[in-house]
Amino acid sequence: MRRYIAIWFRHLKTDWMIRRQPELKDIPFVMAAPEHGRMVIKAANAAAQEKGIDVNMVVADCRAILPTLQVLDDKPELTEKLLNALAEWCLRYTPVVAVDIPDGLILDVSGCPHLWGGEPSYLKDIIAKLSGFGYDVRVAIADTIGTAWAVSRYGKVSQIVERYGQLEALHPLPPAALRLDTSVLERLNKLGLYQIKDFIKMPRKALRRRFGDVLLKRLDQALGQEYEAIHPIQPIEPYQERLPSLEPIRTATGIEIALKQLLEKLCLRLAKEEKGLRKCVFKCYRIDGAVKQIETGTSRPSRNANHLFKLFEQKIATIEPALGIEVFTIDAPVVEDISAVQDALWNFSEGGNGTAIGELLDRIAGKLGMNSIHRYLPDEHYWPERSVKLATSLLEQPLISWRTDLPRPVHLLPAPEIIEVTVPMPDYPPMLFRYKGELHNVSKADGPERIEQEWWLQHGLYRDYYCIEDEKGARYWVFRSGSYKQGDPQWFIHGFFA
Amino acid sequence: MQRPKKVSGLRLNTGLWEMEKAFPGQAFPLGAVHEFISHAKEDAAATNGFIAALISQLVNKGTTLWVSNKRTIFPPALNAFGIEPERIIFIDLWRQKDVLWAIEEALKCDAVSTVIGELSELSFTESRRLQLAVEQSRVTGFIHRYNPKIENVTACVSRWNIKPIISETYGIPGTGFPRWNVQLLKVRNGKPGSWQIECSAGQFRYINRQAFTDTEIQKRKAG
Repeated sequence: MRRYIAIWFRHLKTDWMIRRQPELKDIPFVMAAPEHGRMVIKAANAAAQEKGIDVNMVVADCRAILPTLQVLDDKPELTEKLLNALAEWCLRYTPVVAVDIPDGLILDVSGCPHLWGGEPSYLKDIIAKLSGFGYDVRVAIADTIGTAWAVSRYGKVSQIVERYGQLEALHPLPPAALRLDTSVLERLNKLGLYQIKDFIKMPRKALRRRFGDVLLKRLDQALGQEYEAIHPIQPIEPYQERLPSLEPIRTATGIEIALKQLLEKLCLRLAKEEKGLRKCVFKCYRIDGAVKQIETGTSRPSRNANHLFKLFEQKIATIEPALGIEVFTIDAPVVEDISAVQDALWNFSEGGNGTAIGELLDRIAGKLGMNSIHRYLPDEHYWPERSVKLATSLLEQPLISWRTDLPRPVHLLPAPEIIEVTVPMPDYPPMLFRYKGELHNVSKADGPERIEQEWWLQHGLYRDYYCIEDEKGARYWVFRSGSYKQGDPQWFIHGFFA
Repeated sequence: MQRPKKVSGLRLNTGLWEMEKAFPGQAFPLGAVHEFISHAKEDAAATNGFIAALISQLVNKGTTLWVSNKRTIFPPALNAFGIEPERIIFIDLWRQKDVLWAIEEALKCDAVSTVIGELSELSFTESRRLQLAVEQSRVTGFIHRYNPKIENVTACVSRWNIKPIISETYGIPGTGFPRWNVQLLKVRNGKPGSWQIECSAGQFRYINRQAFTDTEIQKRKAG
């Protein structure tokens, strides 16, 4: 069972302003921004709120209420920045902290409060620390995010909602505690449903018809019948290991030992969780403050420490230890599941050791670059240069079958090369041709195979391909670009048959 | 240097008994490095065609790496030699040094079944390294040297030279199936020889010149 804490910063921005300028503490002031040609209040401090000045009011009206009101410029990006900073600060309480725009934080504290000696002292600590910074906060803890949110904003009794106590806690609260749109709230208000207990027992069908799915969804989320996801600011448990060294490390051997230890720790953890890493970053923190890092990637998820070490081994020489390295860390920013299905393709190799192939390719890619490894799949084009495409992964299978009905040369020149030919008649294969200064007498010929330009990709002349064999038995693939009707067409050699 | 051992459970069935007699133990040596030399572009294409037809059985049993600098192989054509082109992983490099390194790494990996390396120069020391690598891993290597400066002695188990010869069309217009003059110039513990071979649909066949006398062709035409 999970436990969540919702923290509500009642005057987030103005509290921050007071922290920056303590002289503002007891003066009523607001932060305003222009909207539709008038200044509208975006945040008001406690002193201003006592005088009846609140958010979304127009500054001119408020000046009428309180002529001494101080108006400051609003900083729209401040909210998110502040909340992110506060969320990071809250990581000391739990590893899962999410920002709840515009004025709160959500903490997943499952299994944490007992470390502070129970929930009451846990909450007391949070409130004391945040109030110490000058923030006016309200906090509530409950089984669900929805209830914690509701109680933190509107609760009057207790900030701790007992296990399974969501229903009782929600009963006296106003519908606004369910995080609903103003339009739904207005409708509820119009019907005289001022408290959640007024409508929580109503048939779901009726509620859905009148207020839409949102109300039911929010109710379910608050009661814990529907799961609600949060986006933690720090992804849960990054795959990271660190190794501080007693004395600054300056030698390559020292770095290697550190790397091996870290990789073993990391791989042990990956093995436990049935995962493998795709990307790995090894960082060395030097005493002079500089950070040197090397990184490597794998073509398939891997958790083989020896293999990963080999990938790094070639790059260790690039680390400059200078005065020495005091801390080593290793991160695995990209981690994937290693499943049995992924090994399937490689099973055609006897013994099914596809991992070994993956590791071999990683080594090659690590030293010589990923773009040196190619695998080809058929593509739906007749144009010879486009008839193959690169496979994006080693596991990709061809979607269409390879064409086998037409002859294709075993060697294809990267670009067709011009040849001089003698042709007996138009539309006939050449009788003889000259390629690289050497004369070839054609004894056998096959063709033509006409390949038209794919006009939606490229304009130009079509090609008439001939397979020809010279008097020595060598076989060539030549083509005529265009026809004799359009003038003097050029002939090219494009490949060699076996 | 070790005698090439037979790879357990694997035997390359070339269908060419007469050629296989040239090898020690009457079997094509697997788990060894073979060397092919070609000088002209036409010969290079024929050599690659012959290699492709030779390894078609091995490709479908394991992974094949084709390491080369200045590669000209057109993958769809490999189908004609009985290979599914997507099963081959091509490694294209520029520098001779990198090609050699990649070939050696691939030959060391026992999950690979065949490695084809295209490069021009191969010194004795380098070939010795490759040979030592396959003695451990039992991978079969084919080194295709195109236009080498000198045909130096290497530690490879055999040296071949393939040249295209005039194809037979049996009177039908067009070109016939590829035909090669296969020369086994050197083979360790075997007898070098020379054969004329035709390859159709990934299968080898000897060209028996007597079988196709003029009368035979006349009969076929009439038939």
